[in-house]
Amino acid sequence: MRERQASQGARRAREFEAFVAGAAGRLLHAATLLTAESPDDNPRARRLLTASLAHTYASWDRLRGEDPYDRARQQLAVRFARGAWHQYGALSRLHLRGGADTGGVLHRLTPQERLVLVLLFFEGVAEEQTAALLGLPLERVRAIGARATANLLHPPREAAPAVAKVVPS
Amino acid sequence: MSPMNRREGAVRRLLEDAPPSVPPNLHADVVRRGRRMLRRQRAARRLLWLLLFAAAVAFLVWASMARPWVEPPSEVTPPLTGW
Repeated sequence: MRERQASQGARRAREFEAFVAGAAGRLLHAATLLTAESPDDNPRARRLLTASLAHTYASWDRLRGEDPYDRARQQLAVRFARGAWHQYGALSRLHLRGGADTGGVLHRLTPQERLVLVLLFFEGVAEEQTAALLGLPLERVRAIGARATANLLHPPREAAPAVAKVVPS
Repeated sequence: MSPMNRREGAVRRLLEDAPPSVPPNLHADVVRRGRRMLRRQRAARRLLWLLLFAAAVAFLVWASMARPWVEPPSEVTPPLTGW
């Protein structure tokens, strides 16, 4: 009995290792896009990924045929959304444009725009599923996706430097 | 190709650009954290069961001492004396 448990544990460990080896690259890329960090320096994305995969590890025996990649991606999105919420305080601040240029492709977009963009176009999740995952109405997800696409492809001009012109009198 | 699809393609290409490299110790970190999570979940579950058990025992002890199902002696009728 004990031996069987041990061999089951070993098989489980091997399966999980294979899953991490296969999925980590893609998920880390998604996480790095979400946090808008540069690909060479992405501590926040790594933390997000480690936490999401650890959660997947902890629920590995309860997956019951569900796709572990799906589960990990869901964790990643939820954790990022929660983190953005805490970091920026209130809901309205969730819509703030990213401030400093951190080197990521999406640093001009708001955290919510990044989330929708990554789920729709990078991960190829259906609009309906994205809406359900984020708890938003479908039209809202479509609108955010369209706005994010527009902002990404045609970045609005930088605000003019606030230099007060002194009018000579 | 419709303009919408072209825009989507452009976005996809932008997103696929420059994948980051996976840190080598990721799997070990993940397993360590995952084990800790499992341990905590198990401890929390054990604590809840223990609390439930303690509450059940406390209730049984109280019930056997207070015997709330026994009809209390009447306090309205005066006791029969000198009958």
